[in-house]
Amino acid sequence: MMSQSTPLTGFLMVAALLFAIGLAGALTRRNAILVLIGIELMLNAANLNLIAFWRYGPHPEALTGMMFAIFSIAVAAAEAAVGLGLVIQIHRHAHTTDLDQMNRMKG
Amino acid sequence: MSFVFYILATLTVVGGLAAVLLKNTVHCALALTVAFAGLAFLFLDLDAQFAGFAQILVYIGAVAILVVFAILLTKGSETPKDGVFSRTWLAGLAVAAAVFAVIGWAVIQTAPMLPKATPAPTVNVQQIGQALVGRYVLPLEIVAVLLTAAMIGAVIIAMHEKERGPQ
Repeated sequence: MMSQSTPLTGFLMVAALLFAIGLAGALTRRNAILVLIGIELMLNAANLNLIAFWRYGPHPEALTGMMFAIFSIAVAAAEAAVGLGLVIQIHRHAHTTDLDQMNRMKG
Repeated sequence: MSFVFYILATLTVVGGLAAVLLKNTVHCALALTVAFAGLAFLFLDLDAQFAGFAQILVYIGAVAILVVFAILLTKGSETPKDGVFSRTWLAGLAVAAAVFAVIGWAVIQTAPMLPKATPAPTVNVQQIGQALVGRYVLPLEIVAVLLTAAMIGAVIIAMHEKERGPQ
């Protein structure tokens, strides 16, 4: 393993860009599945930050950031399963996944 | 900055952009897979081999397949007549741009203080396993319970109700 030549800032900027893309997707798309895709992108951007800080931190042998990222991946998998199950059930009831048409609980 | 980092960063960001911009939902799912793969390779570039392979297994192997299944089960691949973006897309885009501006500003402001290059940590899978059943055993158990609960919950939510329902 060589010493890393990319500065930490590079990874942080990629993560910030990916987070913004995911947020834009979650806020602008109509389809509920695409909103979930945006949320997954935001979670992945956070994981990239955790891994990057673990790699450049003073005590990488403590594994804190790495463990946080691994648990975050597990929680994201659970979230995706429940979220997509909900979308399928809503589609069965309302016959659409268009969020603009799902206004039955509108306050 | 290294050449490999530029390629992986471009792959990830272009994949993410395509995932939220494309019209066909199945193409979005495929672009999402590309973004996940780029992130996994970025993890490998950061000497986090375990997290990189976990990313490939969990995201490309499970989440991407789940998304494709959900799209096909809900006939989501048909492009709606009135566009793929919500009526309030301009506000959403403004919020996302503002968030990126704030995070980017913070990163650039702190850039001189951040470490430039550090020697690669020597962490093997044995150490990760020992940490998982040692110091991090309580979170591990909680994640196990959470995954079981999420699996049962997802099955119950998506289960077909035969008694009531018009079809």
